[in-house]
Amino acid sequence: MTDKTSSWRWEEDGMTVTRTAAWTGPGCHNACGLLVYSKDNKVIKIEGDPETPFNQGRLCPRCLVLPKVVHHPDRLTRPLKRVGARGEGKWEPISWDEAYDTIVDNVRRIQRDYGPEAIMSLHGTGRNVWHLGSKLCFSAFGSPNIGTGFLSGQSCYAPRIILSILTTGFLPQPDCAQMFPDRWDNPQWKAPECLVIWGNNPVVSHADSVRGDWFVEIIKRGAQLVVIDPRLTWIASRAKIWLQLRPGTDAALALGMINVIIEENLYDKEFVEQWTDGFDALKERAKEYTPDKVAEITWVPKEKIIATARLYATSKPAMIQWGLGLEQHKNGISNALAIQDLWGITGNIDAPGGNIIPRPDPFFELPNHFWGKEDIPRDLLGKRIGAKEYPLITTSSPDILSDTMINDEPYPMKMAWIQTTNPIANMGMDPLKLHRGFRRLDFVVVVDLFMTPTAMACADIVLPATSALERDSIRTENFGKAWWGPIRAINKVVQVGEARSDEQILLELGKRLNPKAFPWNTVEEMLDSMLEPEGITFAQLRERHIPEYHPFEYKKYKRALASTAKGFDTRSGKFMLHVPLFEKLGVDPLPFYEEPPQSPISTPDLAKEYPLILTTGARLWGFFNSEQRQIPEMRELHPDPIVEIHPDTARSLGIEDHDWVWIENNFGRCRQRARLTPTIHPGVVNANHAWWFPEKPGPEPSLFGVWESNPNQLMPFNQCGPTGLCAPYKSSICKVYKVKEGE
Amino acid sequence: MSRYGLLIHYEFCSGCHTCELACKQEHALPVGKFGIQVAVSGPMKMDDDRWSFNNIPVPTDLCDLCYNRVSHGKQPACVKHCQSGVMKFGIVEELAKFMELQDKTVLFVPRPYKTNASGANDPASQDQGVMS
Repeated sequence: MTDKTSSWRWEEDGMTVTRTAAWTGPGCHNACGLLVYSKDNKVIKIEGDPETPFNQGRLCPRCLVLPKVVHHPDRLTRPLKRVGARGEGKWEPISWDEAYDTIVDNVRRIQRDYGPEAIMSLHGTGRNVWHLGSKLCFSAFGSPNIGTGFLSGQSCYAPRIILSILTTGFLPQPDCAQMFPDRWDNPQWKAPECLVIWGNNPVVSHADSVRGDWFVEIIKRGAQLVVIDPRLTWIASRAKIWLQLRPGTDAALALGMINVIIEENLYDKEFVEQWTDGFDALKERAKEYTPDKVAEITWVPKEKIIATARLYATSKPAMIQWGLGLEQHKNGISNALAIQDLWGITGNIDAPGGNIIPRPDPFFELPNHFWGKEDIPRDLLGKRIGAKEYPLITTSSPDILSDTMINDEPYPMKMAWIQTTNPIANMGMDPLKLHRGFRRLDFVVVVDLFMTPTAMACADIVLPATSALERDSIRTENFGKAWWGPIRAINKVVQVGEARSDEQILLELGKRLNPKAFPWNTVEEMLDSMLEPEGITFAQLRERHIPEYHPFEYKKYKRALASTAKGFDTRSGKFMLHVPLFEKLGVDPLPFYEEPPQSPISTPDLAKEYPLILTTGARLWGFFNSEQRQIPEMRELHPDPIVEIHPDTARSLGIEDHDWVWIENNFGRCRQRARLTPTIHPGVVNANHAWWFPEKPGPEPSLFGVWESNPNQLMPFNQCGPTGLCAPYKSSICKVYKVKEGE
Repeated sequence: MSRYGLLIHYEFCSGCHTCELACKQEHALPVGKFGIQVAVSGPMKMDDDRWSFNNIPVPTDLCDLCYNRVSHGKQPACVKHCQSGVMKFGIVEELAKFMELQDKTVLFVPRPYKTNASGANDPASQDQGVMS
């Protein structure tokens, strides 16, 4: 039945089986191992690959429904050019050559008339285009203006990475034995005695190269669970202590815990003395955060704050899984720094079962989102939007760029290359402003799998992208110092229409625009060159039966790193409990608490009209942000956008379960269906994000209903933190009222 | 005579719907049809600090315990893909032993749907023991 001559492709039951990794689409940070069953250029079914240690044969609904995505009738299958007015929805299929010629002509014209910096290149989160799109932006367009989908404050993962590089030298991860191919059975790994899940619902989100079921496994192994979340998630119902904090008050809570731990002498004195920097200053700062004061700020009873501090500090080891719930606030950097300080003062950093520095040895940096940067002259790098105002951000500043698109300051933007990101449906703050800005551009290209609201609204050329099952690629880390898993081959299974992979588009367009920077004749040659540091070719990589794990060591600080001759890869060689560099930027070097820009305390008058706290952005089963809305199996799980409201609050507003309601504040409004649930605090509502409706009309003004339910319409740009990082997606204010009949 | 069943260790079922999708794929079930469905109990506050909130995948009458897969030595699709690893397939009396050791388990013994002459739930045609 099985004819197995290759480790990555064989015949079984009359079907071809291909071993690959799911990266991307579907959009995901993880790249789980797949066995894809296909026949006659059609994907029949997907099974989890039991030999990929990362997912051990398990999959989530997003991969199990992939055959429906790959062969969906709405897939873009040919390059399109706009033939009507922008947003009119009139398109004509063209050849790839014509598409490339049009793009090259426009790029050359804009480079000549306005300078290459007038081109911006935007990409979706956590996917291959993070390095491929960078290379395209830097080496082919020659522009420093790389970005995401206008994520205000770049408030997803990037703040944590940037902060970690300053404090630790590398982005730490919770230790779920992911550094070992034998996983939980590895004798070096220790099960944590305490697991704190903070601002995260990992079983749904599977974010940041960490699978949520790993934490279920850790609970099975006996860890005492603490969950810090404004909502009672399923995993919070399994917690020994659930802290229902007010959204955005995380830094106060963490500082309160640090205060208790230091006051009660529960910190790891040996580690603190030998390996940390800034303890005395932190101690003084934390004194300001007494349990009473913190209880008042956070709404968490002080007994719970004290109990959590004691449990975390006295459990050895103890782990904190931190989530996006920390970064999507103005005060996000402080939230993250305060949590890093918790694992620092308890010695859980790089300890088995704690929060590890997932840097194996040898560690090779493969092309990441700096790929191609060497092709940009230094003076041009300085023209990156936000380079002066926010030097810590390595991309262009989405907030300042949103202004640039409207006011042409400091110079006009003329072109956008938008690759697998959908800013007006998801991620972008103030999508109406973005819509206005995009429509002012001379030339817009969108590369995606489906016609999105963003493509419909503003594209001049639309290029059909492939899913993970239609491309040869490699799974690499996205950021240099955030190691996300072993390198794996992504193997093409089927061809859909004329869709082309991000790699192929990069190579073909790159060769046309700047052949010197793209010396490869084929995608495989390009992949080989990317793999050079690892010392293998793509052909060799795909023959690896099980991904190769480089050796990993705990507590690496104990032997000075050969490359740096110091414990931690920071300027001082120590784990930084504060960030002195911040002082040069006029920013407090220690963690601190600051109210959200709009809250019952910072704007009491506004709060009289908008008395509820609005949190958004929580992931849903089966959706990756704005994706999968056209997949019937996923819409069966989620037919409508949902806002969670406490039954007491709903009763006082005359709202019943399933009613359509407006969510509104001083910036805008959107509507969603009410779900009454006791799991949310009566003073908070939790609104879905990223909804659009592929079943509704595409042309303007509908744009697939994109303006109906997007809560980002209630949030302006430029409310980000003092470093330009982090923004209050999860801590704004609103009122909620019933939609009238006929509205 | 032993029979086959599906054990759910529902203390750890996160409610992720993977079993539903894996089953739909395996049996080519369209939207609106399920071979297994996650039922939710709660969330209900019991006292000041504790909540009852349980997800329990329930096989529907379309469940055939993945006769085809099992007869090829594979696990049922739901068991194979279950993200939290809370499902076991096997002979009822073996599964019952697990239930002696663990809180919050439930055992389903579906009536086989459209099986062959020998019956999917007939251990004489299969000898798989417990799979999880």
